[in-house]
Amino acid sequence: MIRVSLGSEVDFAGWREAARALASNAIAPSDVNWQIGEGGLFDTLSDPLPPPRGEIRVPRGFVNLARNAVCHRDPQRFSRLYALLFRLQTKADLLANDVDDEVRWLKKVDKEIRRDLHKMHAFVRFRKLGDRGSREVFAAWFEPYHRIEQRTAQFFVDRFTGMDWAIVTPEARIVWEDGQLSFGPGGTRSEVPEEDVIEEQWKSYFQAIFNPARLMPKAMQAEMPKKYWKNLPEAALIPEMIAGAERRAKDMQVAAPTAPTALSKRIAGRGDGIDDLTSRDGLIRALSTCDRCSLHCHATQAVAGDGPLEAAMMIVGEQPGDQEDLDGRPFVGPAGQLLDQAFARVGIQRDAVYLTNAVKHFKFEVRGKRRIHKSPSVSEIEACRWWLDNERGLVRPRLILALGASAARAVMGHSVRIGTARGQEFVLDDKTLVHVTVHPSYLLRLQDRSQKIEEWKLFLSDLERAKQRVSEAAGRPVA
Amino acid sequence: MAKRDTIEKLEILADAAKYDASCASSGSVKRNSRATGGIGSTTGSGICHSYAPDGRCISLLKILMTNFCIYDCRYCVNRVSSNVARARFSVDEVVKLTLDFYKRNYIEGLFLSSGIIRNSDYTMEQMVEIARRLRVEHRFGGYIHLKTIPEASPELIEAAGRYADRMSINIELPTDRSIEDYAPEKSGNRIRKAMADVKGHLEAARPSRQDVRRNRKRPPRFAPGGQSTQMIVGADDTDDGAILKTSTTLYSGYKLKRVYYSAFSPIPDASKDLPLIRPPLMREHRLYQADWLLRFYGFERSEIMEGARNGMLDLDVDPKLAWALQRREKFPVDINRADREMLLRVPGLGSRGVDRIIRARRHGALRLGDLGKIVQSVRKIQPFITCTDWQPRGLTDSLHLRAQLAPKPQQLSLF
Repeated sequence: MIRVSLGSEVDFAGWREAARALASNAIAPSDVNWQIGEGGLFDTLSDPLPPPRGEIRVPRGFVNLARNAVCHRDPQRFSRLYALLFRLQTKADLLANDVDDEVRWLKKVDKEIRRDLHKMHAFVRFRKLGDRGSREVFAAWFEPYHRIEQRTAQFFVDRFTGMDWAIVTPEARIVWEDGQLSFGPGGTRSEVPEEDVIEEQWKSYFQAIFNPARLMPKAMQAEMPKKYWKNLPEAALIPEMIAGAERRAKDMQVAAPTAPTALSKRIAGRGDGIDDLTSRDGLIRALSTCDRCSLHCHATQAVAGDGPLEAAMMIVGEQPGDQEDLDGRPFVGPAGQLLDQAFARVGIQRDAVYLTNAVKHFKFEVRGKRRIHKSPSVSEIEACRWWLDNERGLVRPRLILALGASAARAVMGHSVRIGTARGQEFVLDDKTLVHVTVHPSYLLRLQDRSQKIEEWKLFLSDLERAKQRVSEAAGRPVA
Repeated sequence: MAKRDTIEKLEILADAAKYDASCASSGSVKRNSRATGGIGSTTGSGICHSYAPDGRCISLLKILMTNFCIYDCRYCVNRVSSNVARARFSVDEVVKLTLDFYKRNYIEGLFLSSGIIRNSDYTMEQMVEIARRLRVEHRFGGYIHLKTIPEASPELIEAAGRYADRMSINIELPTDRSIEDYAPEKSGNRIRKAMADVKGHLEAARPSRQDVRRNRKRPPRFAPGGQSTQMIVGADDTDDGAILKTSTTLYSGYKLKRVYYSAFSPIPDASKDLPLIRPPLMREHRLYQADWLLRFYGFERSEIMEGARNGMLDLDVDPKLAWALQRREKFPVDINRADREMLLRVPGLGSRGVDRIIRARRHGALRLGDLGKIVQSVRKIQPFITCTDWQPRGLTDSLHLRAQLAPKPQQLSLF
C-alpha cells in the first residue's frame, strides 16, 4: 500500500505529480491511499512513492475536469480521479462514454463545480471600504458550496483589475491589492461593511425592472436558490414584491385610459407632403414607401434605378437580389458583376447607362438560413410597371434593353418569349426602341461549359447590337 | 418640474426599459482588464447577476437614457400621448451609475435604449457618447448593448459599433401592417433597412480569410456580439405562423443573433386601443421553442406549422412533439443507428442528449438502462425510439399518445 500525502484540500498540483508517478509505474488504484496533510500512526507501514517512469498521456479535457473535481467536497475525489486516470491508460476514449458510472461521476462533479463557480461570479456583492491613494477598496463576503476560492480568483482579477478588493469565505480569502494576488485564511462576515451607499440605488433598480404582470417566483428560485439570498442585498425585497404583484397588475388592467398629452396632439398635426414624381428625389422618396403589392412586407427596401437621367440606354432587369436588397442599389450582386464584365467586353460605360429593374422589391423564400430568389408574379410585375413608367418618363431613353422575360413583360406590357423576341427590334408608342435578351443570372445558372460559352457570346452580341443602335439613333430627335 | 434625484430617475427609466426582453450579455469576444488596468471583462457566455420575481435574469443595467419620446407607438409605455412620469439621465449620470454598479458586481454591463428626443441623430449621438466615455475615458471592459435608433446617420452607427458589444433595433410588431397601425411613425421597411446597414458593418468588420492569411491589419471592430431584435406577441392579432415567418425572414436577411419574443403585458396608462390581457406567457414560451427548432434542430418553418392548428402553435405540448404526433410515420427511430439529424427530431431529446448518445454508442449498443443515464427522461422518448431491448410496437401510433405526453392541465397556469 502506498500512502500519498497532499498539501491541502485542493492540492491539484500535488495530486497530479503523485498520479503521474503512480500511473507510469502501473500501480493499481486499490494499492494507493490518498490523504490530506501528514498522517499519523500508519505512516511507517506505507511504501514510498516510486520515481516516475517516463511520460503518461491523458486525453485533452481530462486535466480541466480533474482540476475542477479537486475543488469538490466529495471525500473520495482524489482516489476516484486516480482510478479514472489509471483506466485512461488502457482506454484512451473512456471519457466519451457517458454510460460509464465513473465517467458520469466525473462529469457530474465537474458540472457542480462549474455551477458553483458561475454562481459565485454572479452573486458576490462588493461593498466599498474607502479609497487607498487613487484606488478604491472593496470587500465581499461569500459562502461557496465547494472549495473553489483558488479556482475562481483569476476571474475576479481579470474583471476588477483597477481596484483593490478582498473576497472572504469561511475557509479562505482572496486578496487583490496593488496588482498582487494572494490567498489567506477564512474569516467572518463581520469583516465586511454592513452596507454601501450604492445599495439603495441597486435595490430601486431591482424593484423597477420587475414586471408584476409576469410573476414567476419558481423560475426565479430555480436560478437564484434561497440559500444565496442572505448575502444578496436585493433579496430582502423579494417577499414584498411577490405579495404586491397581483394587485399592481390588476390596477394597470382596470385603470381607465387617460387623455392623450397635449404634446402628442401637436406632433400628430405634422403632415407629410406629396412627392413630385417628375423629379428623381421625389420618385425615390415615393418609391421608398411603396405598398402597391405585398412584396414590401418582407424586403428591406425598394431599389430604385441608378444612372444618369440623360442616359440614352436604359437596361431593365428582373428584380433586386439578396445583395441589392441589402445595399439599395441595382446590379451589385453576382449577376451585376457579370453584367459589368460584359460591359467591359463591348465597351459600354456602366455610369453612362440607366440601370433599373422591372420589380423594385426583392422576392424570396427562406430556406434554412438563406433567402432564395423567387420569380415575381404577373400581378407583381403589373403593380410595379407604374414605377418603371415613371422612370421612363424621367430618363426618356432612346433604347431599352430588357433582360429576361419579366423585364420584357414590364417594358412591352404583354408576355414575350425571349427565344422569339431576341434579335428583333420593337418600337414603343413613344418611339423608344426595345431590344430583348436573357438575364445574366441565366448565364450564371448554366452548368454545361460549352453551352455557357455559347450563351455568353450571344449575350455579348446582343449588348453590342444595342450599343450600335443607340449610336445610330443618336442623330434622331428623342420623341 | 422639480429636479429628480438619481434614484427617482432610475425608478422611472428602469421601469420604462423593462419591456425589452433581451438582457443577454453573451456572444461577444472575451476580454479582460489586465492590460488596461481598468474595470471589466466579458467571458463569452454571459452572467446573470440576479433574478427578479418575474423569473427574468438581471444581467445588465437596462435603462432608457430618457423616456421623453416624440413617437406615439400604441404598445409603448413611453409614447408621447402617455401620461407617465418623465425623466432624463445626463451622460455623466449613466456613466457613473454603470461604473458604480459594475464595481459592486451587480451587473455585466449596460443596456442602453432611449426615447427619441429632438431627432434620431441627436438621440444616437448622446448614446454613443455614453459608450465612448465608458470605453475610452474609464477603460471599461464590460458588456455594452446599444439600441440602434432608426434613421440615425451611418457615421453614428459606425461609432456605436466601435464601442458596443451588441446592437439591436426592435421590429416590435410581427407584420408591416401592424407596425403601421400601432406605431404610426415607424415602418417595417425603415427598421429592416437599419438592420441591413448594421449587417453591412458587421460583415465589413469580419476579416476575410485572405486578410487573415496575409496578416493584413484587422478592420476596425464592430459590435462583435452581433445584432438582435424583439417582437411583441399578443398586442395585435397576428398568428404564430406569420410571426415565425417574420423571424425566418429576419434571421436569413440580417444574420440576427436572436429574435426575442415578448408577451404583451399590461402597462401603466395604457392606450385604449390595446387588449389589457394577461401576458400570453405560454405562447411566448412556445415561440421560443419553435425558434430554437429553426435555428439549431434543422426544422423548416413549414414543418413546425404542421403541428399547429389554425396558424397557432399547440399550447399543451411543445412544437417538436406536436410535429412528431402529426408525422408518426417517421418513428420509431433506432437510437443505435439513426443519424444526428434524425435523433434531433425525437421529442424529448435535446442536442446535448443527442451528442451523448452518439458518443456512447461507439462503445457498444445502447439499452434502455443506458439511455436512462444520459437523457433527461426515458419515458418521454420511449414511444419514438427503438434500442437493443426496446420496441414501442403500437405505442407510437396509439391514439392516447398525446394525452399521455401532454402535461397535466393544472401545470399550465403561469399567472
